[in-house]
Amino acid sequence: MIEGSQQYWRWREYHLVFPEKRPKQSSIITAGVDIGSVSSKAVIMVNGEIYSISIMRTGSSSPDSAKKVMEWALKDTELKLSDIHYIVGTGYGRVNVPMAHNTLTEIACHAKGANYIWGPTVRTILDVGGQDIKAIKCDEKGKVLSFLMNDKCAAGTGRGMEVLADLLKIPIEEMGAVSLNVDEEPEPVSCTCVAFARTEAMWLLRRGWTKEKVLAAYMRAMAIRMCNLLQRVGCESELAVTGGQSKNVGIISRVESLLGMKTLPMPEWEKDGRDPMAAGAIGAALFAKALHEKAKK
Amino acid sequence: MRRRTCIITYYGYMDGSGEYYIVIDSSICDGCGLCVGQCPKKIIETAKAMIDIEEKIVATVKEEHRKNIKYECLPCKPDKETPPCVSVCKNNAIRIIWKAKA
Amino acid sequence: MPFAGIDMGIQNVKVVILDDDGKILARSISPSGFEPAKAAEQTFREALSNAGIRRDDIKHVTATGAGLDMALEADSTISMVAADAKAGVYLLPSARTVIDVGAEESRIVVCDERGNVLDFTLNERCAAGSGAFLEAMARALEVRIEEMGELSLKAKGTASISATCVIFGETDVVSLIHRQEPKHEIARAIYDALAERIISMVHRVGLKPSVILVGGVAKDIGFTAALRRKLEAEIFVPNYPEYAGALGAALHALAKAGGNIQ
Repeated sequence: MIEGSQQYWRWREYHLVFPEKRPKQSSIITAGVDIGSVSSKAVIMVNGEIYSISIMRTGSSSPDSAKKVMEWALKDTELKLSDIHYIVGTGYGRVNVPMAHNTLTEIACHAKGANYIWGPTVRTILDVGGQDIKAIKCDEKGKVLSFLMNDKCAAGTGRGMEVLADLLKIPIEEMGAVSLNVDEEPEPVSCTCVAFARTEAMWLLRRGWTKEKVLAAYMRAMAIRMCNLLQRVGCESELAVTGGQSKNVGIISRVESLLGMKTLPMPEWEKDGRDPMAAGAIGAALFAKALHEKAKK
Repeated sequence: MRRRTCIITYYGYMDGSGEYYIVIDSSICDGCGLCVGQCPKKIIETAKAMIDIEEKIVATVKEEHRKNIKYECLPCKPDKETPPCVSVCKNNAIRIIWKAKA
Repeated sequence: MPFAGIDMGIQNVKVVILDDDGKILARSISPSGFEPAKAAEQTFREALSNAGIRRDDIKHVTATGAGLDMALEADSTISMVAADAKAGVYLLPSARTVIDVGAEESRIVVCDERGNVLDFTLNERCAAGSGAFLEAMARALEVRIEEMGELSLKAKGTASISATCVIFGETDVVSLIHRQEPKHEIARAIYDALAERIISMVHRVGLKPSVILVGGVAKDIGFTAALRRKLEAEIFVPNYPEYAGALGAALHALAKAGGNIQ
């Protein structure tokens, strides 16, 4: 790719099918569709286990995004849309999931999904989405007990990271690792505003700061914001991170050092689909199963 | 002793100037709506709680006001006095967090 | 003997020179760039030549602005809030509320009839309440910022965007373009969003008439129209509103070194 035309903000869209989970005659087939502001996720479950998962960028229309991400999840499976017994829509664009039998808020779905991904010991969830940061506390069943969201400002969100990636010309998926490549952790930037970063980061670079150091200063400031939210709801062990930034080691390691607490390890999601970025869709598919069973009774 | 289960939603935000939240516990809110009538800026309504999958109707902060709490709640002087939405609640289901930086 | 005020803005350096009656002798402006100290030196020289005087003629120099520490040798400094109050009352004697919308910072200052600050509020290091918001939105809309104001005046007000964050605002603008909302409607939505943001700041300190609007953004007719639509008060916009900070600093210099302005 030609330098300059590279889209540094672009992250990997993917689709995975786990054929060993393929449905049998009597299987309950459910799906969760999570239309976020930046990414759309679909998960198809067979008897409450992940059979297929797809993640892609949300387009300009929510219903189209829902259709596309669902079609992709069905690709290379033995299923048609009509084979799915129950579909739950969630996320920012949940009211625009045309094929959904029901819709639920992403907060309930995220807690349920985290409970599935890491098990009943999850008590606190930090969800860093495309346009918001959420702190959620839940019980051993994945029921939400407390919730706080910051969606007023892009600092620390996926959108904010995309802007920084473009600005510093670092591919977004490498930003976390790059930010850890500093001899000494710099002071956090005093102003986290991503819009001002356009001038402020340039100014720091001109002063001789390396890209790595600039990024480290921003990541640290954003990690502090996330920790403030967690401390407001009362961060209890064990802590799970979901959403797109769950794969950003620069954020995770700084949150851990600021809180003095480890986060739950990244599952081997390539093997079983338990991707923390898809926690909302996973939770929605689980609720779909419960709702389908309830309706059958 | 068994701890009571809370279902708490923080409406508001934290920014460079401080922290501003209306905090509602929907496990003890009975949806009576007294706080709705007390709010001079009419920013509270009764609706389905966004964090719960139950259909229970409780007090919530209207979505369009959630990012503007700092200004909306100013007339009630939450930094100095108990706002009417808090004092009217017989179940103590609502409180305010107000920490403006100096 | 003349007095000078220098405003080390984030985007531009501004200089105002006053005579000892408080009459404006010269103004000069240039971009701050990456070397604000040099820019300040040059702008100052320009103002001196506009006024037809030499550096030694200046009795007192006062500096203000975000890049204060980069300013050339000044005899004194003054906060931007205090400078706004002084300039506001000088430009409009009945002014009690000064709204200053700058490139990266906005301020609402409530003052008394002598230009003393009674109360103020700032936009807390967030681009959403400043000129940077308009610049980013114009980029997203793909119109020149100089043309966006005129464009917005044709609109009826059918669209709206989020005012809380520049980055989210850009996303809103892009999705409005996708929905084929006319450009002039989007332009108006952009100005309405900034005006709403500024007005919520005004409400924080409480509005006291008369109201004067200064700062670089005051020159944007799209913004002044939006603010007039939404703020239920008359708004006075002076000529050369972008020089308010430098003017306030020059007035401070004059007061400090003993002029005879009332």
